[in-house]
Amino acid sequence: MATLRDIRRRIRAVQSTQKITRAMKLVAAAKLRRAQERILEARPYAHKMSDLLGNLALRTAPERHPLLARREGGRRQIVIITADKGLCGAFNTNVIRRSLEFIRQSEEASLTLVVVGRKARDHYRRRSWTVKSEMLGFFDRLAYSHAAELSTRLIQDYLTEETDEIHLIYNEFRSVSVQRVVREQLLPITPAAVPADAAVVDYLYEPSADAILAALLPRHVTIQAYRALMESLAAEYGARMTAMEAATKNASEMIDLLTIQYNKARQERITKELLDIVGGAEALRQSAEA
Amino acid sequence: MAEPRVRFELATPNRLVVSEDVEEVVAPGLQGYFGVLPGHVPFLTSLQSGEVSYRIGRTEQYLAVSGGFAEVQGDRVTILAERAERPEEIDRERALRARQRAERRLQGKTQEEIDYTRALTAFSRALARLQVAGRGPSR
Repeated sequence: MATLRDIRRRIRAVQSTQKITRAMKLVAAAKLRRAQERILEARPYAHKMSDLLGNLALRTAPERHPLLARREGGRRQIVIITADKGLCGAFNTNVIRRSLEFIRQSEEASLTLVVVGRKARDHYRRRSWTVKSEMLGFFDRLAYSHAAELSTRLIQDYLTEETDEIHLIYNEFRSVSVQRVVREQLLPITPAAVPADAAVVDYLYEPSADAILAALLPRHVTIQAYRALMESLAAEYGARMTAMEAATKNASEMIDLLTIQYNKARQERITKELLDIVGGAEALRQSAEA
Repeated sequence: MAEPRVRFELATPNRLVVSEDVEEVVAPGLQGYFGVLPGHVPFLTSLQSGEVSYRIGRTEQYLAVSGGFAEVQGDRVTILAERAERPEEIDRERALRARQRAERRLQGKTQEEIDYTRALTAFSRALARLQVAGRGPSR
């Protein structure tokens, strides 16, 4: 049976944990709002970019451009995007589990990995896969330049024919409490199909449709990578908020339970003391009567 | 009668910078500055680093842009740029330092072609920023 002091100590420990989880929840909520806004703000650029790409792909010979050309090699590069930190429920585990499934479906000998986020790095460093490159510790100040750095590396791997396909695996932000792991092919690029009834505009090109396409494609890859990073960031904050809210609630329940235990133990002790006093008084009275 | 207008939108990866009905847009095309008035032919071009300006009535606004494309279609002008800054957002000191750095690199005898191209882009970017910064705050 725990003593009163033990129980009191435990209550205090749970209370201070709860303070931390509550603070983390508030911080995640504030950051989540900002992350969501950023996704919305990036949308006009991204949409216009894929419209232009679709339009250009119709007017040029897309198979001529290396970033659009499909190759037969079947060698895959997988970009796995997790968070740098934990304490966000199954967020990291889900991505890693999905990536392991995808690795199993791929031809392992020709597989290369690119890990983004500390959690993915830590997981894959312990295994035997080749981690081709890693990007860590930038999520707090995520900017377009990080996406540009990532996409430059990926494009280079693709153009030097180190790999034939590049896929992204990351958490997509669905809602505050829902994240979904998605896999997308980043390279070669598949231009969005232009609806058949859409009017195809015949532009005047400067310098030429091919040259514009060549300048557009790498930027398209970058904005795709940027979107994936931002989705993952918003999803991470959402997951952390939910996880910390659950933790705060569990702490409350535990405090309630411990408080009941504490009160019970205190009452028991008082009863015992009373019995001792009554018993002692009774014994005195009896000895006096004798 | 009101002047005819074109819908002008300028977006960067971080935000939609401009979305307004304007009378004229001037942008730095790859082969020189071009102006767009209502009724322009469909036109698609890459942009150099430079100054984008647009006019509503007598007020003109300026932006330093780099790394982008412009599309003219019907009465819409859309510019997609990697960076776009208004005069008041530009750090002149930083742009000056960037220009000096790029000048030094360009004069240096490094025959590395990538470095040269990179210095050149940095140079024109700094130049565009300084030009726009010299316009003073917009409005």
